Amino acid sequence: MSDGARDTDATVTRDELHEVEDEFAREVAASEKREDARLLHQTDEADQEMGDRSMTEVVLTGGPWPDDDDTMIVNFGPQHPSTHGVLRVMVELDGERVLRVKPVIGYLHTGMEKTAEQLTYVQGGTNVTRMDYASPLSNELVYALAVERLLDLEVPERATWIRMLMAELNRMASHLLFQATNGLDLGALSMMLYGWREREMVLRFIEKVTGLRMNTNYIRPGGVAADLHDGWEDDALELCDLVETNLPDYEALLVENPIWLERMVGVGVLSTEEALSVNASGPILRSTGFGWDLRKAEPYLAYDEVDFDVVYAQNGDCFDRFRIRLYEIYESIKIVRQCVEKMPGGDYRADDLKVTPPPRARINESMEALIHHFKLFTEGFRVPAGETYVAIESPRGEIGCYIVSDGSGKPARLHIRGPSLNNLQAMEPMLKDTIIADAVAVISSVDPILGEVDR
Amino acid sequence: MSVENPRPGVPGDDVAAALLERFDSAVFHDSHGQAVVYLDRDDWRDAATFLRDEQEFTQCVDVTAVDHLVDDTRLVVDGVEPERFEIVANFLSHERVRRIRTITQVPADAPTVASLTEVFPGVNFAEREVQDLFGVVFEGHPDPSRLLMPDDWVGHPLRKDDPPSHVPVTFKEDPGPR
Amino acid sequence: MPLDSIPHNFLTGRLEDLVRWARRHSVWPATFGLACCAIEMMAAGGAHYDIARYGMEVFRPSPRQADLMVVAGRLSQKMAPVLRQVYDQMVEPKWVISMGVCASTGGMFNNYALVQGVDQIVPVDVYVPGCPPHPETFLQGILTVHEQIRTGELLRRREERGGGAGIHIEETHVPA
Repeated sequence: MSDGARDTDATVTRDELHEVEDEFAREVAASEKREDARLLHQTDEADQEMGDRSMTEVVLTGGPWPDDDDTMIVNFGPQHPSTHGVLRVMVELDGERVLRVKPVIGYLHTGMEKTAEQLTYVQGGTNVTRMDYASPLSNELVYALAVERLLDLEVPERATWIRMLMAELNRMASHLLFQATNGLDLGALSMMLYGWREREMVLRFIEKVTGLRMNTNYIRPGGVAADLHDGWEDDALELCDLVETNLPDYEALLVENPIWLERMVGVGVLSTEEALSVNASGPILRSTGFGWDLRKAEPYLAYDEVDFDVVYAQNGDCFDRFRIRLYEIYESIKIVRQCVEKMPGGDYRADDLKVTPPPRARINESMEALIHHFKLFTEGFRVPAGETYVAIESPRGEIGCYIVSDGSGKPARLHIRGPSLNNLQAMEPMLKDTIIADAVAVISSVDPILGEVDR
Repeated sequence: MSVENPRPGVPGDDVAAALLERFDSAVFHDSHGQAVVYLDRDDWRDAATFLRDEQEFTQCVDVTAVDHLVDDTRLVVDGVEPERFEIVANFLSHERVRRIRTITQVPADAPTVASLTEVFPGVNFAEREVQDLFGVVFEGHPDPSRLLMPDDWVGHPLRKDDPPSHVPVTFKEDPGPR
Repeated sequence: MPLDSIPHNFLTGRLEDLVRWARRHSVWPATFGLACCAIEMMAAGGAHYDIARYGMEVFRPSPRQADLMVVAGRLSQKMAPVLRQVYDQMVEPKWVISMGVCASTGGMFNNYALVQGVDQIVPVDVYVPGCPPHPETFLQGILTVHEQIRTGELLRRREERGGGAGIHIEETHVPA
């Protein structure tokens, strides 16, 4: 009996069975010399069994076999190690083939946009930084830029460059985290150790500058929280050298690894049209051959004064998304080196007593400075009524901040356009008509950070 | 780049000028150097179609909403009748490297607006989020279920009349030295 | 057989001590990474902080194989039933670390969406402060759990929280 007949029909008429047997006999005859005694024996036995029965219909037991329209729904998550937190994915399967994908999100919904309405603009940074926790400085940056636009506030040049330096270091940390988790998801467990090794180096620098490894609240409206420490140039250059020396290990381990290529190349292919239609941005859009990077397209900070390349690829598969993030680390290193070279002097925050706190030394001797300091950290500052949307390129794509102010000290509405939220929509075209074993590779290559998906 | 327009607030932005030309209800506002066009609710989807088909806009990057229940000092643009909810859509043209923002007013007693999913399928999640958190219904949305909150949740948390905290802070007794 | 006739040296001790010693050195955590703290939990598993020093690098994806649940991050109202279910699926004896202020108290987010402390859902043994806690703080929390296992009582904790199979042995008077 061939497998094909069993797969489709629950009931098989006797004639059909004989047909199948005849066909089998013919096949055996065709492979003349090759006498498979075991198979022939089985056929004989089956013949005997059938011959004894007088029924016209043979019912195969063991439950009905699925019809063509019978599909299975498999649930991933929300507590699953390869969902990067608490993503839940419903996958509709026909056998191994994926028919539909539906991400179910909200398991990390923190109500941050509601909380933001109760925090002053000074406190707001602590809130937004916890959204995309793999790249907190991007969140702070977009928030600070939006508030400054509402205030029509100019920040000093040094603050701009410090912001750019920190944003790029954070991009490195975020992409290194991706290398670690992507390897972990696909079974390349040593990548986890390598990724963390380099990420720790970056985080140590960030900790030295900001005081915290993550959720730093370092970039604030009006500038940054503190100046860079003495000798930061050497630290930054040493960091760049170390990471640059170690990154070829990644390429040796993964880019030329045949198992890795099997898992990644040609998996989860996305076209540019699909990527645009599902609002994808960042590395996912760039992997489809569309070199769109807000740092180049709509230069903010001082990105038009530094030299770097936009990394993009043509195939739109998981391997390209992985490669883009790997090679973007090199570009970030390039930018960090130029920041070290070109860092201007001057103040690290705007000299506006209503927005930024006075220098610590002045508080001790000036009553006015003390009052300003007190007012700023209790009431915050007022922002004229208005609304604005600012978008920057986070490691995951376009992160946007929409702020509505009603003239008071707290935003009437703060909305973050999360790149991961929109990139998750790309999972459906990526996974459609692939097999279920590729689902983990695809989810991992989207690199969603659930904190910013759900906010 | 300025285009002749009989109405006040002549936009320096040609996309906004084209929108004003096409839709009678449109009002232009220069928001800190960004082009914002206030639209009538009935023109909401048509304007998106217009931007996509005739102005080469490739993505509607974001749709969100604002609840103006309590702020009396809100920004009111001349020629726009303010309502409780504002729906905001940000459009991006990759070809022309341009952005434009459209805003429409939605009253509290009939919080519905046309869905943009037919024009820009990528706004699916964003509109679901607004529907979930604000209770503004997007007509024609393919999947109008809750996005972030549990399915059995009552209320729409980002509305201003929804209290921010449902759980009072509890202070437990000191367990003492262990 | 008299003990002094056995040709080996041996120590005597309580069985309870042996069991506690064994438990303490084979604590397997369940991965319950929720938010920012999960990243720091993974950092603790990396080469620099090296949680493997405590024999704990085996993060089990399945709650059935885990002894310790690390609730790393903010717990939303939508996630709370899932957390409880995963906790119930773990076999006794089990311990819970609440990592970070969001898991411990709700942190800075006292709003509609978050459970204000996972101790409303599951019993917590150790609270690790920080937002997010430094990996070293997290390791300190783990050592505290180890200390609790080492000095705790074997059976009482299980009864206190209604764990176990629910079998109660009652002493009844059997007439002679």
